[in-house]
Amino acid sequence: MAEPLLEVRDLKVSFRTEDGTVKAVDGVSLEVAAGETLGIVGESGSGKSVTMMSVMRLINDPNMRVEGEVIYKGRDLMKLTQEQIREIRGTGIAMIFQDPMTSLNPVYRVGWQISEQIRAHEKVSAKAAHDRAVELLRAVGIPHAQERVDDYPHQFSGGMRQRVMIAMAISCNPDLLIADEPTTALDVTIQAQILELIKKLRDDFGTAVVLITHDMGVVADITDRVAVMYAGRIVEQGGLRSVFYDAEHPYTWGLLGSIARLDRPRPPRLTAIKGMPPSLIHLPQGCAFGPRCPYRFDLCTEVPSLEDRLGDGHLDACHLDTERKRDLRETAIHPELAGRGEPELTEESR
Amino acid sequence: MSEREASGTNIRTSTWDGEMLVRAEHVKKYFPIRKGILQREVARVHAVDDVSLEVRSGETLGLVGESGCGKSTLARCIARLYDLTSGSITFEGRDISRLSRRQLRPVRRELQMVFQDPYASLNPRKRVGAIISDPLRIHAYGDRAKIKNRVRELLELVGLSPEHVNRYPHEFSGGQRQRIGVARAIALHPKLIIADEPVSALDVSIRAQVINLLDDLQDELALTYVFIAHDLGVVRHISDRIAVMYLGKIVEISPAEELYRRPVHPYTEALLSAVPLPDPDLSARRDRIVLQGDVPSPVSPPSGCRFHPRCRYATEICTTQEPPLVPHGSQGHFAACHHPLSFSEPPAVSGATAAAP
Repeated sequence: MAEPLLEVRDLKVSFRTEDGTVKAVDGVSLEVAAGETLGIVGESGSGKSVTMMSVMRLINDPNMRVEGEVIYKGRDLMKLTQEQIREIRGTGIAMIFQDPMTSLNPVYRVGWQISEQIRAHEKVSAKAAHDRAVELLRAVGIPHAQERVDDYPHQFSGGMRQRVMIAMAISCNPDLLIADEPTTALDVTIQAQILELIKKLRDDFGTAVVLITHDMGVVADITDRVAVMYAGRIVEQGGLRSVFYDAEHPYTWGLLGSIARLDRPRPPRLTAIKGMPPSLIHLPQGCAFGPRCPYRFDLCTEVPSLEDRLGDGHLDACHLDTERKRDLRETAIHPELAGRGEPELTEESR
Repeated sequence: MSEREASGTNIRTSTWDGEMLVRAEHVKKYFPIRKGILQREVARVHAVDDVSLEVRSGETLGLVGESGCGKSTLARCIARLYDLTSGSITFEGRDISRLSRRQLRPVRRELQMVFQDPYASLNPRKRVGAIISDPLRIHAYGDRAKIKNRVRELLELVGLSPEHVNRYPHEFSGGQRQRIGVARAIALHPKLIIADEPVSALDVSIRAQVINLLDDLQDELALTYVFIAHDLGVVRHISDRIAVMYLGKIVEISPAEELYRRPVHPYTEALLSAVPLPDPDLSARRDRIVLQGDVPSPVSPPSGCRFHPRCRYATEICTTQEPPLVPHGSQGHFAACHHPLSFSEPPAVSGATAAAP
């Protein structure tokens, strides 16, 4: 495998609070190759955003503690000075966020905001930067870019604002685009537009993308590889098809089962995951998913390591025997379709 | 206007054989836009523009559409949280659209709402017990002991522990708060629950729990739901019939499964095809219709069919004449389109219902 573009090694992020130490990210390792799209899936509080925010060194909380390495093109981002990291943001790695209204400054024209970014990284005239801004707005599909460039953010709709954010993110041709829930605040039809745009930019410029989302549908649509996070750890990681069709972790099964899907017959009930995510201050002993897992057994009191159990590059952190996982998988995700002989399996909780 | 009047008036948009619970007729809700010192009305937002529908006892009617299509406004009109600009709402055979606040009180007992944001819809300074018992006290349900018992019963019914009665909302997670909201809504044995995006703010795994809870409660308490959501998967799962709204109008209304299998209106088709499928192969195979542009402003909606500027089948007639809501295919399936998607085509292959071209 070629040298990865970005490599995160054993990243740990914790926050000191009044109630105790919150372990937001607890030993995450992942790689992103040039040009590939990695999806990071998980629920709120699973640490997916904090992981990527720490990669960009965007969290400046005095109570935060970060350990681990983030290697980007041979340099450890954790060891860079503020000046050096600022250089990488934008030209190397760019990020877009969920809410484009709060990420744009409401009192400046969008064109100005894009040019500012260009001029911060390159020595170009204001005129040239402004022209580039128009070009970028056109590239991300904003109609009448020439006129809209002088509008304020509030004059754009949600989808258009997200396009502006993307224009800004790609203004300095980054090799890596981190998109944190870029379509969560948008309607499905607009979401489809934005996903198409990200795909197009990725294909045209060969930009690698890390897409953070909670929507398995979005993941299936756009990514090459997937990492599933739960309570600050990666519990499963592998190629897109293998994670969707041969999911190994009961949490991933739960995620897949709890979606009301349009591509399958309507089940009488959704397979909900019982309970709720654990507190990150008092993580359960052993496997963090243990207390909610219907298949828990004695070994689960030990923290399972993220391993490649079948030798096919598909990692998972679950103690269950691979044979047993294969038997359980279908029933767990679609109890109404599979395993007619033993439907009681899903009820068998703790 | 007279043409519009003619359409939809006497059409039965329902196939459910239950007793009629709610009938909305030609409901319009316009919000004025005021400007200047005199606050003169300069324009109007056509939030809900001539909508008629029926909800029968025991069924779940799903309302879908993009943000700004008027689905929440319609729901609030039905609940009489808004006054109508024109039209009428009949609840249990009685016209409630002109009732005063006082007259509405007994109606409110039967008709409750669950809101989207479980953080904003619960008073942070009240204990859970007080939140749930408020409707009971207002409607003089009984003495203190009776109310106390009912609150405990309700907490259990929605899957919370009766010991939680003295806690404050901030001590609960999003999913639990939504359960509290549901408990409050069902406290007075209502007949109709209007749920406005009740699961949108919740995480996927929690969402499924709350949907299952709503499902169970409907069976146990014989509830009727009007369920608003923008997640088409969730709506299909919970609804018997679904109404699709676009810019203040119902463009299609149909039994749930049929809507997904054979959408008639091009907007429904596009909406379904935009839903990302959690299946990589299917996702790669299907042709997605990506609608261009945004939803036009409801202040000055497009002429003729409101969807025509974004519709790929639009022709001359669509720009001038507004299509009426007329029956298509099986019973209870209506759509408002000049170029309805062919019904003679075989139904989409199962397993790829949403991938129909």
